[in-house]
Amino acid sequence: MTTTVQPGTGAPAESQKLRQSKAGSGPGSASWPVRIGLVFLCVAWMIPALGMLVNSFRPRDDQFSSGWWTAFFNPFGSTWTLQNYQQVLTTDAAGIPMSQAFINSFIVALPATVIPILIAAFAAYAFTFMQWPGRDLMFVVVVGLLVVPNQVAFVPLVKLYGALGLNGTFFAVWLAHIGFGMPLAIYILRTYMSGLPNAVIESAKIDGASHFTTFWRLIMPMSTPALASFAIFQFLWVWNDLLVALIFLGRGDNTVATVALQGLQGQTGQGKELIPAAGFITIIVPILVFLALQRYFIRGMTSGAVKG
Amino acid sequence: MGIKVVNAVIAIIGGIGGAIIIFWILNKLAESLKGRWEDRVKPWMFAGPAILAIAVYLIYPAIVTVQYSFANEDSTAYVGLSNYKDLLTDNSFLQVLFNNVLWIIIVPAMTVVLGLGVAVLADRLRPRGEKSAKTFIFLPMAISMVGAATIWRTVYDYQPEGAPQTGILNAILGFFNKAPVFWYGESTLHFNSLLLMIILIWTQVGYSMVLLSAAIKGVPEDTVEAGRIDGAGERKIFFSIIVPQIWPTVITVFITVLIGVMKVFDVVYVTTNGAYNTDVIARRFYDELYTQGNNGYASAIVVILIIAIVPVLIYQVRHFRAEEAAR
Repeated sequence: MTTTVQPGTGAPAESQKLRQSKAGSGPGSASWPVRIGLVFLCVAWMIPALGMLVNSFRPRDDQFSSGWWTAFFNPFGSTWTLQNYQQVLTTDAAGIPMSQAFINSFIVALPATVIPILIAAFAAYAFTFMQWPGRDLMFVVVVGLLVVPNQVAFVPLVKLYGALGLNGTFFAVWLAHIGFGMPLAIYILRTYMSGLPNAVIESAKIDGASHFTTFWRLIMPMSTPALASFAIFQFLWVWNDLLVALIFLGRGDNTVATVALQGLQGQTGQGKELIPAAGFITIIVPILVFLALQRYFIRGMTSGAVKG
Repeated sequence: MGIKVVNAVIAIIGGIGGAIIIFWILNKLAESLKGRWEDRVKPWMFAGPAILAIAVYLIYPAIVTVQYSFANEDSTAYVGLSNYKDLLTDNSFLQVLFNNVLWIIIVPAMTVVLGLGVAVLADRLRPRGEKSAKTFIFLPMAISMVGAATIWRTVYDYQPEGAPQTGILNAILGFFNKAPVFWYGESTLHFNSLLLMIILIWTQVGYSMVLLSAAIKGVPEDTVEAGRIDGAGERKIFFSIIVPQIWPTVITVFITVLIGVMKVFDVVYVTTNGAYNTDVIARRFYDELYTQGNNGYASAIVVILIIAIVPVLIYQVRHFRAEEAAR
C-alpha cells in the first residue's frame, strides 16, 4: 500500500444508522445489466492477478512464447511446473533466495508492528485522560504529521545511521518503522479511547486506581479492536513497503521480499521466468492476512472516516 | 538464518518487555514525586517515549532536511538557493513536477468516481452478492505496489512484432491485426503515465468503495423517501439527495488518496524507473539521494514536496479541529 490510509477506529459507542434497503434500489433490486456489469468488473479486476498466478506455474519457454490465457483455456494440453518456485526459493536469482527474503520480511514486519503499539497506547492514554499543558498543540502536530511523507526523514537518517554503522541492519528498519508509524498509531488509539465511556474511568479514579492501573486493567482491554486495527494496518504497511527497506536495508542478505522482487524485475535474460512466482510469494501473506481479518480492516477504515 | 530469527524473537520480546519496564520505571519515578508534581510529570512519562520517537524520526530530520537543502551535495558547505535554482530551471525536473500534477489530478478523482460507481451498484445486490463483489474489488488493496506492478506485466507485456504476444493489451491489438506497442515507452500525451496510474487506481478503488458504500448506507431513509414522494427520479435522488449527504466522505477519500499519490514511488520505480518521461518527484528524490549521491538536490526536492503538501496539511488540521469541536 502506497497510500497512508487514515483509518478510523470503530468508536465503541458508534450508533449504526441502519438502512437495509432503499425502496426501488434496495438489495436484490439490481437489474440484469447491473449484475452483468458488476460480474464483468469483478472478473476484469481479477484478470491481471490470475494471469500472474497462471504464469508462475508455466515453464520458461511457454511463458515467453504464448500468453498465459492459452494455458488457462487449455489446461490439459499445457505443461505445468513447480520449477519456478523451486528455483526462486532456493537460488540467488533474486539476489538472495526468495525463501530467505520471505523470512526476512517477517523478521522486519513483526517487531515493527508489535513494538509501537504499547508506546502509542501509553501516549494515547495521556492524550485522552490526562490534562497537561501543550497537550492539544502536541496532538495537532501528530495529526499534521499524518500527511507528511516519510521522505522528509531519509537524508539525515541515512547520514546518522551511516555514522552509527546501522545501515543494512534490522535494527535500523525496526526503529524507522516505529518512528514513521507512531503518528498513525497515536491517532487511531486516541480517537478510539476518547470514545470510551467516561464514567468507567471516573469510577476507577474514585476507587483509587492509579493511572497505571487504569491503563492496564481497563483501557488496554477495552481498546482491543483499535489495537487490532492498527496492528493490521501497520503489518500490511511494513510488509508491502519498498522504499524504507530499499534505503535502510539495501540489497544484502537482510533484504526483504519486496526488494528482492523489485530486483528481479530488472532481469532481461535468465531469471525473467521467475518473476511471477516471486510475485506470488511476495503477495500471498498480505492477501491471507487481509482475507482472514477483513472485518477488522474494514471496520477500522470506515467508522472513523465516515463520521466526517 | 537461525540467528536472524532468534534476533527477531529477541527484538519482539525485548522490545515489548523493555517498553513495559521503561514505562513502569517512569511511572514509579513520577509517583515518587510529591503531590502536584506527580500529576504534572506523569503525562510526560506516559507520552514521552512516543513524542521522543516522533521527534527523532520525523521532526528533527525534517528540520535538518530543510537545512541540507541549502547546502552542497555532501552537506559540507552552504550554497544558498542554488539547489532550488538548479532544479527549477532544469527542464527534466519541471517535467517531473508536471507528471506529478497529472497523477494528483487524475488518480484521486478516478478512484473516487470508480469507487462510488461500484458502491452504488453493489448496494443493489443481495447481501451475499454484494459482499463477494466487494471482496474482489477490495483485494488488490492488500497487495504491495511492487506486487501490483508485477501482476500488471501480464497486461502490459510486450514482445517484438511477429512474436506471439504475452500481454493482454498487445494480444488484443494482434487480434485486430495491429502491430504490438511497447506500452511503457508510449509517452505521447503521457499515455504511459496513465497506464501506470491505472495500476495505482486498481489498488485504491477498493478503499474508496468501502468508505463510500458505508456512507451511502448511512443516508437516512426518510430523506430519500421525501424525494421520492416529491416525484424525483433515481438519478435526481442520487445527485441531489445522496451525493450531498455523502460529500464529507468523498472529500475524505479524495484527500487520503491524494496524500498517497503525492509521494508515489514504487510503481514508477519498478516499471519504468522514471524512463520515457514517466518520472515523479519521489523517484527523482531517490535517484538524487542514491544514484547521484547529491544530498543537496535530494533535500531540496523533499522541501518542494513539503511545500506542495502544506495545503493538505492545513486542511487535515482544520478538519480534525472541526471534528473535535463537534464531539
